[in-house]
Amino acid sequence: MSETSRSLARLGGRLRSFAPLAQRLLGSATSGIDAWMTGKLGEEFNARLSRVPMNLTTTGVDPFGLDPQWTKYALASVAFLHRHYFRTEVTGAENVPKGRVLLVANHSGQIPIDGALIGASLFMDVEPPRFMRAMVEKWTQTLPFVSLLFSRVGQVVGVPENALRLLESEEALLVFPEGARGISKPFEKRYQLCEFGLGFMRLALETNTPIVPVSVVGGEEQYVSLGNSDAIAKLLRMPSFPILPQLLLPFGALPLPTRYRITFGEPMHFEGDPDEDDAVIEEKVYVVKATVQAMVNRGLKARKSVFF
Amino acid sequence: MSSDEPRSPSSAPPPGPAASGPPSLLPRGPLLPRGQGAVVVTGACGRLGKRLVRVLHRGRKVIAVDRRPFPDRPKDVVHEQVDIRRKKLKDVFRSERIEAVVHLGVMHDPRASATEHHSWNVAGFQKLLEYVAHYRVPKLVVLSSANVYGPQPDNAQFLKEEAPLLGGARFSEIRDLVEVDMLAQGFTWKQAETETVILRPVHILGSVHNAASNFLRLKAIPTLLGFDPMIQLVHESDVVRAIECALGPSLRGIYNLAGPEPLPLSHVVKILGKPSVPVPYTLGRALMKRMWSFRLTTFPAPELDHIRFVCMVDDTRARRELGYQPGCTIEQTVRSVDVDL
Repeated sequence: MSETSRSLARLGGRLRSFAPLAQRLLGSATSGIDAWMTGKLGEEFNARLSRVPMNLTTTGVDPFGLDPQWTKYALASVAFLHRHYFRTEVTGAENVPKGRVLLVANHSGQIPIDGALIGASLFMDVEPPRFMRAMVEKWTQTLPFVSLLFSRVGQVVGVPENALRLLESEEALLVFPEGARGISKPFEKRYQLCEFGLGFMRLALETNTPIVPVSVVGGEEQYVSLGNSDAIAKLLRMPSFPILPQLLLPFGALPLPTRYRITFGEPMHFEGDPDEDDAVIEEKVYVVKATVQAMVNRGLKARKSVFF
Repeated sequence: MSSDEPRSPSSAPPPGPAASGPPSLLPRGPLLPRGQGAVVVTGACGRLGKRLVRVLHRGRKVIAVDRRPFPDRPKDVVHEQVDIRRKKLKDVFRSERIEAVVHLGVMHDPRASATEHHSWNVAGFQKLLEYVAHYRVPKLVVLSSANVYGPQPDNAQFLKEEAPLLGGARFSEIRDLVEVDMLAQGFTWKQAETETVILRPVHILGSVHNAASNFLRLKAIPTLLGFDPMIQLVHESDVVRAIECALGPSLRGIYNLAGPEPLPLSHVVKILGKPSVPVPYTLGRALMKRMWSFRLTTFPAPELDHIRFVCMVDDTRARRELGYQPGCTIEQTVRSVDVDL
């Protein structure tokens, strides 16, 4: 035991001799990134950061592990995509209430860029700026770095207890009730909402949280999927394996620079018993689903071009 | 409390040999006033036990039960050097009026054989429960651990007392600790006249020699590359305070104990000012297994999950009902592993 510990200490010591150099490099890198960030995103970005309501403990993180420093850089990179790559158009930002809120959005785009962009809009366009919390798959917790990153930028494991706690501490929580089915729609089914789960409605009823319907238009065209191959998905143990011909093109792995249009609808309030039968909850969920679908349809009709 | 009423005929006699034994010699009644009966502390010669005994003996009569010696015990503390599995333990209950039993005597030594572990933790505890039931001790406090929930990738960030005890799922050596907790829970229902309190503290730090403290005492702290879970730590003196709270009248139930605010493992390492060595999980696990089999480490490989996944608890109930409040800041708690060794 002591032997290994000593050798570890030696290793640590050797690492430490590189530390000053690494620290200086890191220092100059962060200051460089900071300068670039302010250049690209404006002074406003930093000003907004200081206005985000957070419940930090004395250790500088919130009880779920959100670290404002990490979140700042994550948001900066997403904000860059938001402003300059996808040139997101946000409407209805004034509809997001100040306290606890459940954002219910349509899911699209093969990889969850829509979630990140909604997060960026909550920070960049909503007043006061908010850090968006979302729920992630349980298996992401077993992945190194991914679990770390998710935890530091405020994404929590998808269990009802966590959602309950976040809403009780007045956070903004994003849910995609379509789940993984929604994100891997083939191109011919684009913008047709899949079946909604019921969990979010029970949660809203239990915590008396307003639901803000969110529509995302532009995500379905970023990757054109011809369909899903269940056999390969099973083989690779992935939730789905979309067939994306564009991956064969140079830089095809990048999503197409479609223009995203994110619309926040008016808050919806529901009342009732959260432990009601599925049939009763379904009716309420249907109202939300119809609202999101209508918003998506309206957004599709209004847009003149996919890319501009 | 129901203890003021005469015993209803429907209440079943305690099971086991206690049922066939002679009726209790002691008149049953409400919890004895503070200072009248004695408090039995099992595992009293551990670091935590000694601390507890030193606090309790100021206001109460304390009987320390432990098979280890207790050379520096306070003068008014009676030390019964018995193994809790032995019959001699019964004499302790027979000769004194016992107002409470605090069970700290859970064996955690990962090197002890599985049989020894099981017979000590489970059979020994069952014996103790038998005596508590037979001699109608009004209060039983059992120190379990938040480890009974186990670190899992799909854990809620803050586990409530009702969460399932899955600690044994990935780490089978912890199963008898889960069993102790379950036995105590069962006892709550079977023996309603005894107020049973189960405390489930998170990692206890301080002069104690448990896995968490030993881990933070290493000269360089190994971490898992790409993992930095939030953890909760509690100072031993805060656990002692919680036990004191739990001894109060008409308190019963299961209580999680979290210390000060949770923090990421990397912040703990930063507070200690030690170098940390990140190791990829697969490599770390293989290494630990090897080292364990060569007796180079005291940490079994499944314990790596504690620095990989979250296992945090919600202690609102303890704060509300026990009036428990940690007295140490997180800095003091973390630093306590390196002082007063």
